[in-house]
Amino acid sequence: MLRDITLGQYYQTESCIHRLDPRVKLGGTILFVLSLFFFRNALGYVAAVLFLGIVIRLSHVPFRYMVRGMKGILLLLLLTVVFNLFLTPGTPIVTVWRIRITWEGAALALTMAVRLTLLIIGSSVMTLTTTPNHLTDGMERLLGPLRIFKVPVHEVAMMMSIALRFIPILLEETDKIMKAQIARGADFESGNLLKKAKALVPLLVPLFVSAFRRANDLALAMESRCYRGGEGRTKMKPLIYQRRDYAAYLCLFLYLAVSISLGRRTLSLPL
Amino acid sequence: MGIVKAEKLTYEYIRRDEEGNVEGLVRAVDEVSLDVKQGEFIAILGHNGSGKSTLAKQINAILYPTEGTVWVDGMDTKEEEHLWDIRQTAGMVFQNPDNQIIGQVVEEDVGFGPENMGIPTEEIWQRVEESLRAVGMYAFRKYSPNKLSGGQKQRVSIAGVLAMHPKCIVLDEPTAMLDPNGRREVIRAVRGLNQVEGVTVILITHYMEEIVHADHVFVMDQGRIAMEGTPREIFSQVERLQDLRLDVPQVTLLAYELQNRGLPLPDGILTREELIQALGL
Repeated sequence: MLRDITLGQYYQTESCIHRLDPRVKLGGTILFVLSLFFFRNALGYVAAVLFLGIVIRLSHVPFRYMVRGMKGILLLLLLTVVFNLFLTPGTPIVTVWRIRITWEGAALALTMAVRLTLLIIGSSVMTLTTTPNHLTDGMERLLGPLRIFKVPVHEVAMMMSIALRFIPILLEETDKIMKAQIARGADFESGNLLKKAKALVPLLVPLFVSAFRRANDLALAMESRCYRGGEGRTKMKPLIYQRRDYAAYLCLFLYLAVSISLGRRTLSLPL
Repeated sequence: MGIVKAEKLTYEYIRRDEEGNVEGLVRAVDEVSLDVKQGEFIAILGHNGSGKSTLAKQINAILYPTEGTVWVDGMDTKEEEHLWDIRQTAGMVFQNPDNQIIGQVVEEDVGFGPENMGIPTEEIWQRVEESLRAVGMYAFRKYSPNKLSGGQKQRVSIAGVLAMHPKCIVLDEPTAMLDPNGRREVIRAVRGLNQVEGVTVILITHYMEEIVHADHVFVMDQGRIAMEGTPREIFSQVERLQDLRLDVPQVTLLAYELQNRGLPLPDGILTREELIQALGL
């Protein structure tokens, strides 16, 4: 049952977005998100929506997968809208008793909602089209310059990829321990939250013990295969920019130029 | 001097109780001397706690001798500057296949060793392909290790060591966690390496069947080498083996019992075919 959990939210299919270098996708997402905070009018957002729409079309990932990511932040989105709507001072549209909605409030609420939605969907596109493996690789390379400041970039990336490798193994183990404890009369289902949390102790303790043992074994195995950190290490699958990656960068900068030059203009309808 | 040589190798560790108080000194390996020649297939046999795994870890410089010396290809394991050369010369395969596979894809795991050694990318690919073919796992190169059986995972681990082009492979009970089919698969792969590729093999095990094809066998008990010789020499001493709490293969035991009842059979029969021939059936 536990084994059915999928890792990350990668959607397996063939598309030009899937094939892009992870660095392009990571960098692109960050720039896209940043661009959302530069706009002063609706035109910028129109450009952003259009750009994202095209990318989603190219990625061949069904749109409902993008929306799925929205569920988690629905409450946050609602709160943002409500607070902005009712608490922004300005020219009132309607006033009921002491509650009033202003033009400015409505505009701000709408902006925030659009911004948040674009932000979440934009980053979903990246996680849906990039395997966790590629993502770690991309991050290692993008954050590489931080090594000057003694940030252990390679080590962190290695830890992440090992964690990814061991998640299914530990899940399987959890399943086994759970069954063993149920067979001995443990009850994970009934009772209130506190009781359920307490019931997890006999599950977590053996799981942690075994995880430590595995970590020890793995460290030995890595050392015996000459692992000694990132220095002097070569890559079996190095990240090399292809022509399509340069093309993608070009598109990205075109988008940035157009959307920001449009979005920074002061129009008669300020947003 | 052979590829692996140990002289009066002794290893002691301090045993502590649960509060961390010293309980005493344990001598896991006690004055062991051995000399393994390039290309040999060596088996080290012993029941749990006989010191055979501790001995294996000495060859890979994971543990260092308390007294005595271990040389791998002429390099003293106690000298720090040879550490990585030693680990590359004498690769090691461990018991639990899950805990020694690092990559999320079979081919990436096999490439891990060469990556650490700083081999150029094209050569890594070449080595990965060769190694996976040598253990018969090339068809599975794009698989996730989690989708493989125990025997297949262990063969991937062997390929991972092989890709580092070692002169010698130490296998520390590689079949202990496998089913009979997986065991056979792994042993066949190991024999192939020894015979086709000429890699020196040091196989540590407590399964008697696996040592039948070895050139030379060491039997360990309480940290010492209790018996030494060819498989035939070892198996002809059935009573001694039983004293050391080791199981003798069924055929050998049967031949031994028949011999005791007066049948004229040669000592140390190892396979069913031999027994049939000896009986003149």
